[in-house]
Amino acid sequence: MLEIPVIRWGKPYESLEKTEVVHFETGEVLAKVHQANGGMLKMDRRHAARARDALRQIPIDQLIGMAAKAGDLYLNATLPLGTGTQSPAEFCKMQSATTGLPEHMCAANMKKNYFVLTHMREILDALTRGLPLDIFTRGYGTEDRGVMLSYQANSPVLGMVLPSNSPGVHTLWMPVIPLQIGLVIKPGSQEIWTPFRMAEAFCQAGVPREAIAIYPGGHDVGAAVMETCDRTMIFGGLQTIEKYQGNPKVQVHGPGFSKILLGDDVVDNWRDYLDLMADSIVLNSGRGCINCSGIWVSRHGAEIADALAQRLGPIGPLPSTDPKAALAPFTVPGQADAVSAQIDEGCQQEGVTEVTAKYRNGPRLEKRERCDYLRPTIVHCTSPEPTLANSEYMFPFTAVVDCPQEKMLSSIGQTLVCTAITNNPKFSQQLLDATHIDRLNIGPVKTLALNWLQPHEGNIIDFLFRNRSFQTSPPPAH
Amino acid sequence: MTAISPELAAKVSAARERLDAHVRDIIEWHFNPATGCPFWLEKAKTLGFDPRKAVQNYDDLKKFPSFEDEWLRGGPIQRWIPQGLKGKPVYVFETGGTTGIPKSRMQIDDWKTDYEMFSETLPDDKFPKGSNWLMLGPSGPRRLRLAVEHLAQFRGGISFCVDLDPRWVVKLIKRGNMKEMEAYRDHVIDQAITILSAGHDIKCMFTTPKLLEALAMKLMDQGSSIRETGITGIFSGGTEFTPQWYRFAMDELLDGVFMTPTYGNTLMGLACGKPFDPADNYKITYFAPQPRAVIEVVEFKDYNQLVGYGQTGRVKLTTLTKETFIPGFMERDEGERELPFDKYPWDGISGTRPFHEFAKTTTVGVY
Repeated sequence: MLEIPVIRWGKPYESLEKTEVVHFETGEVLAKVHQANGGMLKMDRRHAARARDALRQIPIDQLIGMAAKAGDLYLNATLPLGTGTQSPAEFCKMQSATTGLPEHMCAANMKKNYFVLTHMREILDALTRGLPLDIFTRGYGTEDRGVMLSYQANSPVLGMVLPSNSPGVHTLWMPVIPLQIGLVIKPGSQEIWTPFRMAEAFCQAGVPREAIAIYPGGHDVGAAVMETCDRTMIFGGLQTIEKYQGNPKVQVHGPGFSKILLGDDVVDNWRDYLDLMADSIVLNSGRGCINCSGIWVSRHGAEIADALAQRLGPIGPLPSTDPKAALAPFTVPGQADAVSAQIDEGCQQEGVTEVTAKYRNGPRLEKRERCDYLRPTIVHCTSPEPTLANSEYMFPFTAVVDCPQEKMLSSIGQTLVCTAITNNPKFSQQLLDATHIDRLNIGPVKTLALNWLQPHEGNIIDFLFRNRSFQTSPPPAH
Repeated sequence: MTAISPELAAKVSAARERLDAHVRDIIEWHFNPATGCPFWLEKAKTLGFDPRKAVQNYDDLKKFPSFEDEWLRGGPIQRWIPQGLKGKPVYVFETGGTTGIPKSRMQIDDWKTDYEMFSETLPDDKFPKGSNWLMLGPSGPRRLRLAVEHLAQFRGGISFCVDLDPRWVVKLIKRGNMKEMEAYRDHVIDQAITILSAGHDIKCMFTTPKLLEALAMKLMDQGSSIRETGITGIFSGGTEFTPQWYRFAMDELLDGVFMTPTYGNTLMGLACGKPFDPADNYKITYFAPQPRAVIEVVEFKDYNQLVGYGQTGRVKLTTLTKETFIPGFMERDEGERELPFDKYPWDGISGTRPFHEFAKTTTVGVY
């Protein structure tokens, strides 16, 4: 039996409390994970500065090389994991078995992480707008045009409270080690695999072990991460977002309410974008915050909904080992029932029609012995008012919403990724000015098609470093 | 049943006989109109049996309906005062109460008796007689505040205490106001450090796991330690006192200072932990102060059915004192049933933690 210890600044710690991570379908115990307690983090916080000190011994340029090597090891090597080892294929199997994500999607996520790790130089160049990277090591320096700059680390470490169900989020923290900031990670209880494998890959590539701490554990551990780290990244639901919104020490990630808007100038050609819309809804099992949950149009709403329903409605559960599997199950008991009931209730509201029902050949909710599936669901809303017009669920769900173009921006609400397809300069400018949109695509870009050279929900450089004034000589007379 | 030695079996049997006899005395007291309290005398009319005749041993207590939590909320508190104790000074201690009406228990001397019994279990070299105490726990209407003070006095010392309102802490946590919670915790720890630095020769302390962590780390930040403050013995308790936390505290917080776990509440009194034995690998086993209180670990689906030894069940508590009779109160905790032990020849419980069905909604504060 694989046992995975707590990692305290690189040192394994065997806890008296262990939890079992089990296969969602068979109940087979895949590993015993040693559990940290909150006090342990508070104790270890006292050595957080050492993590950055150790990383600063290695030039960022070299760390970028190590990240690339780590990417290769992560993707291809059999790496130590607790009391055993794990090959890439075992990684995919285990991640699939505990998160429910089909194996081919786990493999695709590995490639995504690999891409980010092997393109770190370009990513940091883009996110820093081309600054000489030693500015982040020394805290100050002169950029190419001769201007003195200072970037001061806000914290020697980044704390992270990671989710259980979305293996896709890990790309967000990969630039942290190359930026010479240590990691304090609370992995999701069902997705322990990526943090441990990634940490091992980094260390085998030459990153000092004392730069990384991993604390599997309960709520008290999450609370301790939030309390002890001056910068933290947390993933959660709307409640978590509301709790930390506006807190400069916390970067909070949750539901995205990502959308596709078809401008009046292109909406009559909606069939040209059907593939784009369908993929944005269903890829990665519709689980991500960057999956589309709303398509907003001024006309043809019913036709678009029907066309998407014809395409997505028949998709049903397949074994997680099947390369064609498109749906991930809900592994938390009762969760799928609750979501399905919410949608049924939403469909009772005026102007809401579930379009997929007639193409599905069965109910939305498919219950299995140890998990449940929700099959793709497309609803048509004749106005933005119904609840479902702006809802997001962790499966392929989208509302096609009828809304005049001039009212779209005032109705869509907070939107993580907005793909707006339009050639109208005035509408484009309004979209550019809309502060409730985070990532904006103007043009035919799938909502999931992220460019890693772009910031995601805030630039991590701005989050981890403070751009402040620094002078070594008096300024010019004025 | 797991085998136990004949000597221990004899002790278990004798303890059971004492418990049965105690049950008869307590039932006679509480259901005799001359000595019983209004609540039970009134309730007896609806039971359909005469407890004084029908209850002859501990198992007969199952004839009572489930004791309802709600009976302890609200007044008049006088309905719980036995006629036989009328005129004595009465204390009221509360549990819960962050929102709504708290549960309350009236007490006269029980709290003193419980802690005097507990005092006998404390090693004198770690909790020296005559030394002073710090009560670093909740103040206000909690029994613990007065009880620890009495314990100190009973052992010839004086107890210092802090202001700590746990209801406010729970409210802050429920609101997600963690910064305020942390500030309040720091305020409490500052009070403690001030007292500890004031030359009062404090050697003994009660505190909670979270406050102990906070105190130890604050002292470390100041280049000091719990040992350096002069403390030699600590007792602490609660469902957060897990084996892992116990080991963490021993290895990393206490710098060799002795600590003993306890499990208790306003209804039961104080359960004692089996003395630390490295062979137990930090497993903490508690034993109720029988016959004054009895802990049973019962099936989740049938509260009259004990689970097997080593099996998990919900904590059922029965209080049997002349001041209070509470048969079969279902606690908000669960744990594993443990074998009797030489010093405590009756069932114990280990692994106490919040009952899994409530755990999601239970807010654990600093206390």
